[in-house]
Amino acid sequence: MNKATLAYLVSIATLLVAVWLGVSIGTVKIPISTFWDSTDTTATNILYKIRMPRVILAGLVGASLAIAGAAFQGLLKNPLADPYTLGVSSGASVGAVMTLFFGISLPIVGTYTLPVFSMAGAALTMFLVIGFARLVDRSMKMETIILTGIIFGSFLGSILSLMIALTGEELRQIIGWLLGSVSMRGWNYIYMILPFVIIGSIILWLNRMELNAMLFGEERAHHLGVNVKRRKFMILIGGSILTGSAVAVSGTIGFVGLVVPHMTRLMWGSDHRHLLTLSFMNGATLLIICDLIARTIISPTELPVGVITAFIGAPVFAFIFYRQRRKGAL
Amino acid sequence: MLHVNGITGGYGKEPIVNNISFHVNKGEVLGILGPNGSGKSTLLKIVSGILPKQSGTVQIDGQDSGVYSQKEFARKVAVLPQLHAHAFSHTVKDTVALGRYPHQSGLFSTWSKEDERAVNEALAYTGITRYKDTAIELLSGGEQQRVFVAQALAQEAPILLLDEPTNHLDIAHQQQLLDTIRNHAVEKGVTVISVFHDVNLASLYCDRLLLMDRGQIAIIGDPQDVIQEAIIASVYNARVKTQPHPELPKPQMTLLPDTMEETEQPVVRKKDIVISSDNVSLRAINPLKTVSSAVHNPGTGWYRSFVNRHVDVDYNPSDVKAEMAEYLQQRDFHLSDTVGMMTAVTTEHAEVEEYRGDFGSVIIMVTAGVGNAVDVSQSLHRDRPERIGTINTWVIVNGHLSDEAFIQAMITATEAKTKAMHTENIEDPLTGTIATGTSTDSLLVAATQTGEQLPYAGPITPLGKLIGHGVYDCTVRAITAYKKAKGWT
Repeated sequence: MNKATLAYLVSIATLLVAVWLGVSIGTVKIPISTFWDSTDTTATNILYKIRMPRVILAGLVGASLAIAGAAFQGLLKNPLADPYTLGVSSGASVGAVMTLFFGISLPIVGTYTLPVFSMAGAALTMFLVIGFARLVDRSMKMETIILTGIIFGSFLGSILSLMIALTGEELRQIIGWLLGSVSMRGWNYIYMILPFVIIGSIILWLNRMELNAMLFGEERAHHLGVNVKRRKFMILIGGSILTGSAVAVSGTIGFVGLVVPHMTRLMWGSDHRHLLTLSFMNGATLLIICDLIARTIISPTELPVGVITAFIGAPVFAFIFYRQRRKGAL
Repeated sequence: MLHVNGITGGYGKEPIVNNISFHVNKGEVLGILGPNGSGKSTLLKIVSGILPKQSGTVQIDGQDSGVYSQKEFARKVAVLPQLHAHAFSHTVKDTVALGRYPHQSGLFSTWSKEDERAVNEALAYTGITRYKDTAIELLSGGEQQRVFVAQALAQEAPILLLDEPTNHLDIAHQQQLLDTIRNHAVEKGVTVISVFHDVNLASLYCDRLLLMDRGQIAIIGDPQDVIQEAIIASVYNARVKTQPHPELPKPQMTLLPDTMEETEQPVVRKKDIVISSDNVSLRAINPLKTVSSAVHNPGTGWYRSFVNRHVDVDYNPSDVKAEMAEYLQQRDFHLSDTVGMMTAVTTEHAEVEEYRGDFGSVIIMVTAGVGNAVDVSQSLHRDRPERIGTINTWVIVNGHLSDEAFIQAMITATEAKTKAMHTENIEDPLTGTIATGTSTDSLLVAATQTGEQLPYAGPITPLGKLIGHGVYDCTVRAITAYKKAKGWT
């Protein structure tokens, strides 16, 4: 069995275990048999109405952030890049916080005003960032993209701070959203994000060879026959779609998009043909586990999942990083 | 194969290269040379499509390069970059496999047998098959560069562009890499265009050279036509001297450093030549430029010590050169700095004289034995045993000789020797005619290369006159001494 097959088997197995744990553990223990034995209606209700959507949403958000992070790190050739580097997430946050701040509720979409506003913010930011980067430098060099992302990110961050500063007493709602959570969302949030996850992931997956080539620099990729400009554009759009939709439904959950690609790369190598898919699966696994911990560790109080991702992710990452470097040195 | 017509372009609005036109034939290796900032890399970048051109056309296979898609272009033209760093790791094989990118199509970019073959071939050709599962960052610079060569070869494009491919490589890796590319070009008929920093490397490996000067073509042509002292000096603004490669018909150049301030250069005098029972020797303070047919260090070179050694008539070791080296070492002569000849004649009969002229002086040393005299004009159909050299002549000049002067000095000295044989009426014992020399004569011309420039040494030049007179004079005296010793008179 070669390394890639092993990588897929391990990733699928851990994902399945995570899903199993995610749906069964909680204030009420749900046996796995509930899937095929619907005699216990309470258990069935909890499984399908609460646990399943929560686990699937966590999985989709984690997967989106991880695959987008992997693509951005490869594209920008920068190990510090993550899905939030481009500033798109700040746009999504501004959209969401604005909804909370002004108490906006649009007709028709109703309770889904926040994610809709958030996605609109993300989309607007994406076009502004890419447009501005092209204005500065027609060939859109990596540095240009990163700096443009920083400029827009900090400007949008200041708007966020302004709204937070003016909110006064009722900060909890905004902070809670910003820290990120996948609780109490329901199936509709899944339907809302799913098309974006599929489209974004396919766009990135179609560029897996190009990402490999671009690791050697844009010039090298150009010489290998990659239409660098078009591919870069595709990857930025694909990653932004994933990031924007993930942030819109769950808030800015940190760390997953930065660390999962790294862990995957350290364990299985940086070939994007596998890295993208594996990051997708591992991102889902990590966020499902983190969400499980977030809602059970000091039950009945729920922690924001973003707190847990960093709390768990950083030490795990440190361990893998240490082991890998030591192995390399020997 | 590749036609470049009047291209102008660069980074900003101000063009770096101006109206460049040239063409490269199939299977040809073209080197692009030029000083820093002359636009050689820019030219290559415009041809490879990295930089836009303001005007002109690049035609590949008769088609404008603009009509090709990026992938089609990459199937026609592969580019090998300078060494560079990368952020994430890839295995060697994955890296080389990227060279097949332009050949893959479809949603799943299926890896074909053809792709596998091309990659394995490229790995084998560059000698990196054994590293194929190693991460590239674990390889040395030279090996990494070979990986990128393999990647470019796996592209199987009929045109290969290289931008200073040997930068940062040591000489062994430079040679390895350029040999690989050169052989590939010959075997597969691949057209190669390469930017070079090193004029000599370019001359060695290219069929034609294009010399850039401030964004324009200074000259394009065969290496012999391009690497000329005056051209290199004006384009690079450096003092150089060109010379032939010792084994290949490719010119090479060397830099001429600014000469130190003129100091009183030591000259060689008659008294510097020491005669002992065992040898005649000269130890000069500064090296002399020497041309000789000696046993030890023959040919052209710069040497400080000169030895004409006496050996017995029956001297016949299995390895003459090794025995001679041992002899020199025992007498404290530095092997790389000494020219050594041998003679069966008693060295005490050596004739040494200094002849002064307006330009300086010439010192002649002759040892002569005529036991195996030969008339060269009658020599064709006669077999003779090989014997130890018997007329050994040194011509040491206090002056600055040109290459022609060295050769003319040898002709003049040889003619004078022959005349001396005639005067002394030395016969070839086999034919009964007057001999022209002996069977294994040796000649050495050495010059201090300081003082007056002496471009010629023919028999009517001041130097030639002294050499002719001096060699004749000394040879006659040496033969007389030899005859006396043998009791012939």
